[in-house]
Amino acid sequence: MELVTTFVNQAGAKLNSVRWRFRMTPMRLVFMAIAAVAIAIILVRFVLGLGATTNLNDQWPWGLWIAFDVLLGVALAGGGYGTCLIVYVLRRDKFYPIARSTMLTSLLGYIVVVLGLLIEVGQWFNFWRPYVSWGHASVLFEVFWCVSCYTVIQILEFCEVATEKVFKGFHKYLKKAMPVLLIVGITLPTLHQSSLGELFYLMVGKENILWWSVFLPPFFLLSSFFVGAGMIVIESSLAGKALDHKVDNSVLRGLVRISGGAMLLYLILKIVDIAVKGTLSNVFAFDLPSIMFLIELVFGVIIPIIIAFSSLSGTRKGLLWFGILDVAGVILNRFNVVFTGLGKYLNQHGGHYSPAWTEIVVSLGLVSIACLAYLFIAENFNIMGHHGSESVEGVMIDGIDYASTAK
Amino acid sequence: MSKGVLVDIPKCIGCESCSVACKLWNELEWDPQEKTKTPTDRAKEPNNGLWPEEWTSINRYALKKNGTAVGRYVKTQCMHCEDPACVSACFSKAIQKLPQGPVIYDQKLCVGCRYCMMACPFDILRYEWKKSIPGVRKCQMCPTRVANNQETACTSVCPTGAITFGDRDELLAEAKKRIRSNGYVDRVFGEKEAGGTSWLYISDTPFEQMKFRTDVTTKSLPSYTEGYMKMTPFIGGAWATILAGLYVFNNKNKEPLE
Repeated sequence: MELVTTFVNQAGAKLNSVRWRFRMTPMRLVFMAIAAVAIAIILVRFVLGLGATTNLNDQWPWGLWIAFDVLLGVALAGGGYGTCLIVYVLRRDKFYPIARSTMLTSLLGYIVVVLGLLIEVGQWFNFWRPYVSWGHASVLFEVFWCVSCYTVIQILEFCEVATEKVFKGFHKYLKKAMPVLLIVGITLPTLHQSSLGELFYLMVGKENILWWSVFLPPFFLLSSFFVGAGMIVIESSLAGKALDHKVDNSVLRGLVRISGGAMLLYLILKIVDIAVKGTLSNVFAFDLPSIMFLIELVFGVIIPIIIAFSSLSGTRKGLLWFGILDVAGVILNRFNVVFTGLGKYLNQHGGHYSPAWTEIVVSLGLVSIACLAYLFIAENFNIMGHHGSESVEGVMIDGIDYASTAK
Repeated sequence: MSKGVLVDIPKCIGCESCSVACKLWNELEWDPQEKTKTPTDRAKEPNNGLWPEEWTSINRYALKKNGTAVGRYVKTQCMHCEDPACVSACFSKAIQKLPQGPVIYDQKLCVGCRYCMMACPFDILRYEWKKSIPGVRKCQMCPTRVANNQETACTSVCPTGAITFGDRDELLAEAKKRIRSNGYVDRVFGEKEAGGTSWLYISDTPFEQMKFRTDVTTKSLPSYTEGYMKMTPFIGGAWATILAGLYVFNNKNKEPLE
């Protein structure tokens, strides 16, 4: 079953045809189903409000949507600026083949974040207020400006790719603008990735001392940088299956090494932080926060570092394990900052929060929409085969063979 | 001159006239559920009896003083910090501190991110979760009354002098005088807490037994992120310059990508 639509643009005598394709697979149907339920819940949220669709309350004004859709979404999309830095600014050309797919993931990640935020805030129609009413003392003000501007920049960067296929006349202008877009497009995320951490610095005495730190900005920045390689490894193995596109092991290993270096820096900074605050006894108190903190650090940082700098990263399996641990570690970190770190304080007088099923479905739905958009774009624009090789059609997924139509 | 309110906890008899005055002046809705609750019930609630339509609450704590059982009523509402965390947290200036003291909120400017609620050191802010277009709700310290040299609605009806409205500096001196003459706990809660608050509390029983956040920082909360925000534009500018330099340097004598 393959959907191939042909748009015929009959401007004048010239016949200009652009082909769009979107292959249906069982997995994609699952994504669509989740997305449909999520959209239904989002509609209910807009009509009935946050109380009807979330378990948020006055003790827990921030919940899953902030932790997952926003904090985690932005962090996991961090591979985009990292790759831009490595490929375009530092000119490590070896990594060029993964540049476009990583930047696409990043763009879609940010679109999910922006959509998630519009659903999450109470008065979404007021989203533009901070543009005119400057609350410039707020760290969130910085996050807001940087995230929104960076999303626009990423859209423009993607337009450079898109204009290879549609509106071809604009391509040369976008190409000229690319250096500026790239440099601004690295500066902004560096700023807001760190600011997302600084948000929690204001919660002094509320945030657990294990996570509350002057180093919150560098912690968030470094982790968003080193999670990039993990995302690329996972993504390339998933997309490798779905789109039959393989990234060379040596490219991935190189990235994993760079990421491992950032992790080492992160680990040193964590140790300095523990020493400065004198929280060694908290780290080894073996209560819930301490255990979560140790899991995060051992499995999310120390083991990946060992994999990265040993022969383990020479194999596909080792790389994949690095990716899984790296990403899981950052997920755990962001959840720890919001839930484990704030839990003791916010629950002290009997407050409680656990995400409602509707919150979970909306989060999954947003991810599903991003996955569908990724697959659609990867199939229709020059993303994967950017270094030359044509993607092969007719893929085996879940044991079902899909016949391909000739181009 | 910045105004404030002094709460003399032992003087409160729990009549709740202040709560009624607050409801009437601010035209807050009456929730039938709230009518059956006693001050003891509210003291046990995770939100200290504060709801979107309950901006102040009288909470009763059963305590021991010199071996005898005593009950103490604590009026709870926004503390109106001198340098409020919520104001600095708001990225659209929906919350402002007036020079007269009140910390006020304007729903027109509010995006609804709820960072103010996360930032508040006393967990006072409430959100209208049940509404499709919600706002933040809290005591506004009767800004129109205060600006016109009138006292707040709650203090105007207190029959025992448990809550007194006045200039903060004078109230602080009065508080210290009362601590000495009445043998109270030697602490004015609100003098230094969170960098100082417009509302000041004195008590003859320990504050930590009445759900006061006694371990709160004495630094003003906005000062924690002030330096970071001031540095950001410079770091951003410097970083962009470095990137541009590296870009030019690394692309020199090299084929452009593609």
